[in-house]
Amino acid sequence: MRTIQFLLQKEFLQIFRNRAMLPILFVMPVVQLLVLSFAATYELREVKYALVDMDQSDISRQLNSKFQATGYFVLEAETFSMDQAVRELDKGNVKMVMQIPEGLQDDLVNGSSVDIQLSIDAVDGSTAGLIQSYGVSIIRDFNREKGMELRMRSSGQNVELAKVINLIPLNWYNPDLNYITYMVPGILVVLVSMIGLFLSGMNIVREREIGTIEQLNVTPIRRYQFIAGKLVPFWIIGMFDLAVGLLLARYGFHIPFLGSLVTIFVVAGIYLVVVQALGLLISTVTHTQQQAMFIAWFIMVVFILMGGLFTPIESMPGWAQELTLANPVAYFIKIMRMVLLKGAGWQEIWLMASVLSGMGALLLAVSVNRYRKTTH
Amino acid sequence: MRTFRGFVVKEFRQIVRDTRTLVVLFGMPVIMMVLFGFAIRNEVNNVQVAVLDLAKDAATQSIIQKLGASESFELAGTLESYDEVEQLFREGDIKEVVVFEAGFSEKLIRDGVANIQIITDATDPNLANLVQAYTTSIVQDYTASLNSPAQGQPAGIQPVVRMMYNPELRSVNLFVPGLIAVILMLISALMTSISITREKEMGNMEILLVSPLKPHHIIIGKVLPYLVLSVINVITILILAKFVFQVPFEGSYLFFFLEATLFILTALSLGVFISSIANNQQTAMMISLAGLLLPTVLLSGFIFPVSSMPQPLQLLSHTIPAKWFLIIVRDIMLKGSGLNYLWFETLILSLITLFFMGVSLKKFKVRLQ
Repeated sequence: MRTIQFLLQKEFLQIFRNRAMLPILFVMPVVQLLVLSFAATYELREVKYALVDMDQSDISRQLNSKFQATGYFVLEAETFSMDQAVRELDKGNVKMVMQIPEGLQDDLVNGSSVDIQLSIDAVDGSTAGLIQSYGVSIIRDFNREKGMELRMRSSGQNVELAKVINLIPLNWYNPDLNYITYMVPGILVVLVSMIGLFLSGMNIVREREIGTIEQLNVTPIRRYQFIAGKLVPFWIIGMFDLAVGLLLARYGFHIPFLGSLVTIFVVAGIYLVVVQALGLLISTVTHTQQQAMFIAWFIMVVFILMGGLFTPIESMPGWAQELTLANPVAYFIKIMRMVLLKGAGWQEIWLMASVLSGMGALLLAVSVNRYRKTTH
Repeated sequence: MRTFRGFVVKEFRQIVRDTRTLVVLFGMPVIMMVLFGFAIRNEVNNVQVAVLDLAKDAATQSIIQKLGASESFELAGTLESYDEVEQLFREGDIKEVVVFEAGFSEKLIRDGVANIQIITDATDPNLANLVQAYTTSIVQDYTASLNSPAQGQPAGIQPVVRMMYNPELRSVNLFVPGLIAVILMLISALMTSISITREKEMGNMEILLVSPLKPHHIIIGKVLPYLVLSVINVITILILAKFVFQVPFEGSYLFFFLEATLFILTALSLGVFISSIANNQQTAMMISLAGLLLPTVLLSGFIFPVSSMPQPLQLLSHTIPAKWFLIIVRDIMLKGSGLNYLWFETLILSLITLFFMGVSLKKFKVRLQ
């Protein structure tokens, strides 16, 4: 036990002595949480559009102001040439071109059909989908109101009222559809993983690369003591960073904490062991920090991208969804969101938590077993 | 010149000898392309939806049928009462519950107005938003079919939507350019910064500095192999994109490669810059990770549109080289733009490159301490 204590002391001294590392360990996570949480949003705002209004009537102007009144659309350019409008789209100055044909008002009055064309920059398909559905429903609403009014006035008789189905949306858990609420718990997972995966594993390769590992190998330190000495400091730092992140989430971002914090910390403790063991495993198969770093980074990117942080796991094809069953990041992100945002407890997450524990135990066993005190 | 050539050869050998890294280096773009091409999507399909139908009449039946027929949704069950909603959402598979009020058809015919409640699990607001928008448009289609006169001629204004540049709304078309940027950043900036700092940490830098090599020879020699590797990777990605994923390439290949080389130079100069401020590999890699890779993924518009970000972050994103490169690559590939549209982005990228090259050459110490 005393040996481990000295090793820990040595590791902590080494970490805190490195001036360049300190801000990375303690300031960077906070900055990242702040910046990334605000950046990661698909929310549609201020779609710039160009208008080609060939009708120049009362009705077309009303339709145009209806678009602007929603707050989603901002008129950027107005022209009479479709070519020029498309050029704006090419340049990326606008995201949508609305083309109103000549004779809109007349056609509307005598009840024939008119097409209004919305050309949308669909490079980003998901944004384009939202622009489309907002745009189309504005036009349809407008059509219903105006069309009816005009026809009634012109024919002077009662036209049968159109049927309406009202849609009443109700957003549970996040009534304002605030994206930050959703992203912050996930980004916390990424920060904790970076510390766990990159630093502890890397530390061992570093000793090997510099050659100091030989000095440790000739001491009577046992294998498990050496590994504990390498893992525990970053486990503590990881938990500390998580606590700081949670404080920030609670008081800076006002994320609702519906579930129990104890649950979060217990799961986080298990999760950190999983990623640290993975880092350790990487360090046993690599010789230089560059190699270890590169492989760790690659694994991390795949885990994060497939972990449902940015894109919903539900949109993946079946085989990819099955792959996420082996992804610790996916489990932890899901648990964080369920516990913090929906108030889930052990009853809902016990299965995922035990899968994580299983992974941790397995990885730790494999990597400790692979670690050799002798150099080949 | 001969010493320089010798140095470059040594650097190449050192990289080629390291098979583990090489495998990852060439395997990574392939795996990432496959993931992005097949697995990672931000469009919605087959979202599980439950229905609570308090009316059970002809109108609700046909709306439910329309919902089930849509590719976006999958009917995952019917509920009997409101109380079941909470448990369903907690379990987490069902994302939306559509509630029809009692006497739906009757109200629709008699009063002309009926109500549908759409309850979404908004923990993922993006998904909730999309699901809501899709449901709305399905119901609107239904209402439109009720209201259209018997002649079959739809009355009034009809919106016609044309999706430009990416008519099938494929995510892979959006992601490929971003992927190129991320991989180039990773190889050029991260690997370069680590390999130069490594010499410092191991103490080899002194040997290099007392050799007849000039400082800029050392830098160029370190950077050259990664430049070659990066170009090979760009070609791999392009081939995969074109032949496996059928991503369109509208613009000129020559122009694309010139811009790609410019971006590689930007990334390399960033790598050299980082190595000039970091003393050991760990620091270098954490700076590259936190300062380059995460912003490249998140602030460049790779996954999240820049226009959705709050104003201060939009300003910040202007300083991210990948943001400009992404605009350039997307425009070349999907819109077929040339230098006449992209000169501004190119200019900014060149300025950033020159700036970092200058600073790092200046900061590159000829002496240790």
